[in-house]
Amino acid sequence: MNSFCKIAMVLGFMALVTSCANPNRPNYQYMPDMYVPVTYETYSEVGFLPSGMEAEQPVAHTIPRGWMPYKYDNTPDGKAAAKLQKSPLDSLNTDNDIAKGGELYNIYCAICHGGKGDGQGNLVKREKILGVPKYNDVARDITVGDVYHTIYYGLNAMGSYANQLNYTERWQVSEYVMKLKKDL
Amino acid sequence: MKKVPYRHPISKFLGACLVVFLLFSTALFSQDEAATQGDPAKGKQLFNQNCAACHSLDRKMTGPMLANIESKVIDAGKDRQWIYDWVRNSAGLIKSGDDYANKIFNEFNKVPMTPFPTLSDEDIDNILAYTAAPAATPKPAAAAGGAAQSAAPASSGINNTVVLGALVLIFGLLVIMLVLVNKTLRRIAEANGVVLEKERAEKRLPIWKAFVQNQFLVFVTVVFLLLAGAYYAFGWMMQIGIDQGYQPIQPIHYSHKIHAGDNKIDCKFCHSSARVSKTSGVPSLNVCMNCHKFISEYKGNPEGPSPEDLANGYTNEFYTGEIQKLYDAVGWDQENGSYTGKTKPVEWVRIHNLPDFVYFNHSQHVSVAGVECQTCHGPVEEMEVMYQYAPLTMGWCINCHKDTGVKMEGNEYYEKIHAELSKKYGVEKLTIAQMGGLECGKCHY
Repeated sequence: MNSFCKIAMVLGFMALVTSCANPNRPNYQYMPDMYVPVTYETYSEVGFLPSGMEAEQPVAHTIPRGWMPYKYDNTPDGKAAAKLQKSPLDSLNTDNDIAKGGELYNIYCAICHGGKGDGQGNLVKREKILGVPKYNDVARDITVGDVYHTIYYGLNAMGSYANQLNYTERWQVSEYVMKLKKDL
Repeated sequence: MKKVPYRHPISKFLGACLVVFLLFSTALFSQDEAATQGDPAKGKQLFNQNCAACHSLDRKMTGPMLANIESKVIDAGKDRQWIYDWVRNSAGLIKSGDDYANKIFNEFNKVPMTPFPTLSDEDIDNILAYTAAPAATPKPAAAAGGAAQSAAPASSGINNTVVLGALVLIFGLLVIMLVLVNKTLRRIAEANGVVLEKERAEKRLPIWKAFVQNQFLVFVTVVFLLLAGAYYAFGWMMQIGIDQGYQPIQPIHYSHKIHAGDNKIDCKFCHSSARVSKTSGVPSLNVCMNCHKFISEYKGNPEGPSPEDLANGYTNEFYTGEIQKLYDAVGWDQENGSYTGKTKPVEWVRIHNLPDFVYFNHSQHVSVAGVECQTCHGPVEEMEVMYQYAPLTMGWCINCHKDTGVKMEGNEYYEKIHAELSKKYGVEKLTIAQMGGLECGKCHY
């Protein structure tokens, strides 16, 4: 009888160990020293910084590598001036740029503006976001500089996409938008 | 001779006249109404197409809220013609020195309204009819609908518990009856002098004693138990450090099912750095606000919440509450449509985490190889609560590298090496492993 008791105890213990699995907690590790970095992880909490976060804004009056300050302000006057900008991308490479712009457009813009730029994206069809104009709207008469300006700052209900798209990508998308406007 | 009604031609003629007159008069009447009132249904369509980017019926956005705008304009001493002028060319109206136009322009930070010269008088009448339609009427209906919806599962819940209770009661009664019957039968047996089998069995050798005395059986059992123990111990030790199925509770209930599944938003819309950098990145809250500045309320699918969602408490109100948490975190004042500047960070719990001794680069997989996010992260578009789908072990990485071919389309970088190596290995298409994807130094350095 004693051996049965022992077996039962072992089985019970195993059941206990396996029942400890909790999907809300990470599993244990053999040697956490090998897993957990000595350096600060992305987005982690940091004690010595005033904000307490690893993610910080750029220091004032500096720009991140690869970024250039944008010379137009987010005002109606700035927009009017930006409207006259020309695309700085190489005009010999337009096909590649437009293809890349189209890829990015389908990720970031088509969800509202629609794949053809007719303002009928999935979110508009499902009535989540309303009032998205067509690109060939007469009163707006958008230009490539206009589109760039709007991606950079956002306009009305649209937010800024400057943190998802970099300088070149913004111009590529702008050129693709002008192509859509032409085709619409 | 039979009497036939309406035989007389004059009465027929008069009847026809009456019908025509009635038809005509109703047509006239409805036309007359349309001229002054407009059609709210058409107006709604026009409003959603043209105005809704900047105006809402019930809150300030880029422009003023438009519920009952006409009566407000009339209160300010202007008429409908003023609205026509404003909509078609507000800048001209402001330049002409109109006091009310200038007042509104200054109140909304001098942001000019896009002119809509294409809207006709009738279009604007329709929009005004929509804005004048009592906005409150759909709300009680929706509330009643919501109440009915929330009441329905509650009543079905009561039904379930009642049924379960009744079942338990019946089961209990059966057990009691069984015990009683057993007792009386025993008593009868005792009274009749019947010896129960159990007492007779006492005299036999108990089975466990027989088992212990048989040494071969004991040996086999011990070996079996040891093997089984080793099997389970190995399995248990192998899962240490693997977080497959890890599903932490996040500070804001963000549903991938709604965003990526129902609304079909691309993964890279929010996780944009997966295209260009090592980490896929948790989107900062300004990315949320790009849409949620507009979407302040969860209205659900057109078909309404599924019973499964309701059972989990995922009602429309619940989701709206979660959007409110986002507003608190970014400091968004919904009433005035502006940021208050009071922010507090959202402490998301990281799910996918590779040990520090492994190098993994998202952009190499997403942009260069064109691997779908779902290959490693599973059916995210169906996950109401995000969890780790893949084990993320080294064996798992290696298996995929052995099976997957190198993506060559539109990638000149690999052309030369692919040509040389495929000749060397005598294959048409190289796998990642054959391109050196299994070398230690690729991931561990």
